[in-house]
Amino acid sequence: MNFQPTDGAERQAGAESPLSLEISGVSKSFGRFPALKNVSLQARDKEFLALLGPSGSGKTTLLRVLAGLERPEAGEVRFAGEDFLALPVRRRKVGMVFQHYALFRHMTVAQNIAFGLTVRPRAERPAKSAVADRVADLLSLVQLEGLGARFPAQLSGGQRQRVALARALAIEPKMLLLDEPFGALDAQVRRELRRWLRELHDRAGVTTVFVTHDQEEALDLADRVAILKDGELRQFGAPNEVYENPADPFVYDFLGPACRLPGTVEGVRLTVADWETKASQGAPQGRVEVFFRPDQVIFAPQDGAGLAAEVRAVAARGPDVRIECLIEGRLFELTARGPGVPGGVAPGLSLRIRPMQPKVYAAKDA
Amino acid sequence: MVAARPISSSRLPGLAFFLVVASAAAMSVLVLMPLIVVFHDAFLKGLGKYLASIRDPDALSAVRLTLLVAAIAVPLNALFGIAAAWCIAKFEFRGKGALLTLIDLPFSMSPVVSGLVWVLLFGAQGWFGTWLLDHDIKIIFATSGLVLATILVTFPFVARELIPLMQDQGADEEAAALTLGASGFTTFWMITLPNIRWALLYGVLLCNARAMGEFGAVSVVSGHIRGLTTTLPLHVEVLYNDYDFVGAFAAASLLASLGLITLVLKTGLEWRHAGELSANRRR
Repeated sequence: MNFQPTDGAERQAGAESPLSLEISGVSKSFGRFPALKNVSLQARDKEFLALLGPSGSGKTTLLRVLAGLERPEAGEVRFAGEDFLALPVRRRKVGMVFQHYALFRHMTVAQNIAFGLTVRPRAERPAKSAVADRVADLLSLVQLEGLGARFPAQLSGGQRQRVALARALAIEPKMLLLDEPFGALDAQVRRELRRWLRELHDRAGVTTVFVTHDQEEALDLADRVAILKDGELRQFGAPNEVYENPADPFVYDFLGPACRLPGTVEGVRLTVADWETKASQGAPQGRVEVFFRPDQVIFAPQDGAGLAAEVRAVAARGPDVRIECLIEGRLFELTARGPGVPGGVAPGLSLRIRPMQPKVYAAKDA
Repeated sequence: MVAARPISSSRLPGLAFFLVVASAAAMSVLVLMPLIVVFHDAFLKGLGKYLASIRDPDALSAVRLTLLVAAIAVPLNALFGIAAAWCIAKFEFRGKGALLTLIDLPFSMSPVVSGLVWVLLFGAQGWFGTWLLDHDIKIIFATSGLVLATILVTFPFVARELIPLMQDQGADEEAAALTLGASGFTTFWMITLPNIRWALLYGVLLCNARAMGEFGAVSVVSGHIRGLTTTLPLHVEVLYNDYDFVGAFAAASLLASLGLITLVLKTGLEWRHAGELSANRRR
């Protein structure tokens, strides 16, 4: 593997590089429970892909299909043009990091990392000294120099995670698969490791697929995000693309805090209660559901345009101010920050709320 | 076995004290006393008589037969146990519950029935009796019958010990080994086996103790041919029925010693490798 550092320009080059991973029409069920329904997505060479979804959405199943640990009932998986499903797990050369790391508990850290090299057939196995050198290189890469003789039980969660990563990288994988890589770590360690992981990916130059249920993590880290629910792919695109333009109410809700109100669209006019505004292009006609982010609102005086609202409570939360408002008989918790905080807001005050970028979805007849 | 956290470690309340004393007394009368009696009666007529009883050709052949039966039955059950525990703990399949129940069957069945099964199958009047007779194969009233009966009775020990532990460990380490390029056999040899070694030893120990001490099932298939098909427990019975009490208790003392050795090893394992035994994982 090439650990030459690359600059930001090369990182963006992923956008034009050829497809490396092609998943088409993959379905998998466990007994009667469908875990994946006709999922298709692609990753370009050296791309960093996130599979995002709530638990039970099928994201881990999809990762295990890529690793060869699950066999799909239908569909195709190709990697660099090769039929991946025809290859057994051990011939796929994927580096997998499991959610709970799955370190070999009876082996030292160094033995764990060397495992993939020592189990090679005799003809392909590197010499003992070469294995030791490689282990030392990887230990320094994951910043665990000097811990090679420890056992996994003697390491912290973050250290174990890095051992798991070094072990996966030791086999010079064609693809890196990470299952909730930060799931078991506390928030502080998570954020540190996140940047570090992204840098590692950029230096290693492998296609990486990682599974997470944390939308912030996915949007922050990945080149593209695939959002899954109930085994179906709901949306697939660049982080800003999916955040700005969620495909459906579920995605909108899942990617961040959301406020929703019923409304109607007629022609180019969107009406929500007593507030009328221009409907976005291509908005569905008739009864709709209007979504907006609680921090993307303008607070206007009572005689201005917007939704009539009554302030119920105001609370400063660090840099943000949370303003609880009653709109259309429903309670909403809105957030204002810095210059956006309206002056003189106090419980009991009537004002108007103008959502900045409302998203409109056709109302579902319940 | 690690007991649940005591309610209070500082002070023993009256009731608890009474219960401890009562159970200690019961244990002394029911377990310790018979053990002492066995050794006392074995040496009642002196060391010379004791050694003579043990050196008796029939006694020696009983010891040899017991060791032989255990040497065949225990490794086979270790293999069966590993295989059964492995497929139950690491894979999902139909009929898993049925298989689990089947493994437990020898525990809930009287050993006499376990012996009788083989007689019904392979005895002279059994299903395969005529065929076996025609081909001059002896199972009942022969060593192979003793081995079969012992295998059936001791089947659950290893599997039962391994299943909870392997279920607890999950299949992630094996999956990781496979993704790293290890073959199925390498994965088993380098990952699965080291992870269960102490529990396996524990299960084998219990299995062995039972295999050597088994009476009921073996008694049915043995035919009690002295010096030929009597294992140590059967030998004890034969001597006792002959009113040779010193001989009976001398043989019994060998079995009791075996039990004590097993107990020491078992306690040592529990003390040293508690975390890797499944006994401590059952809540």
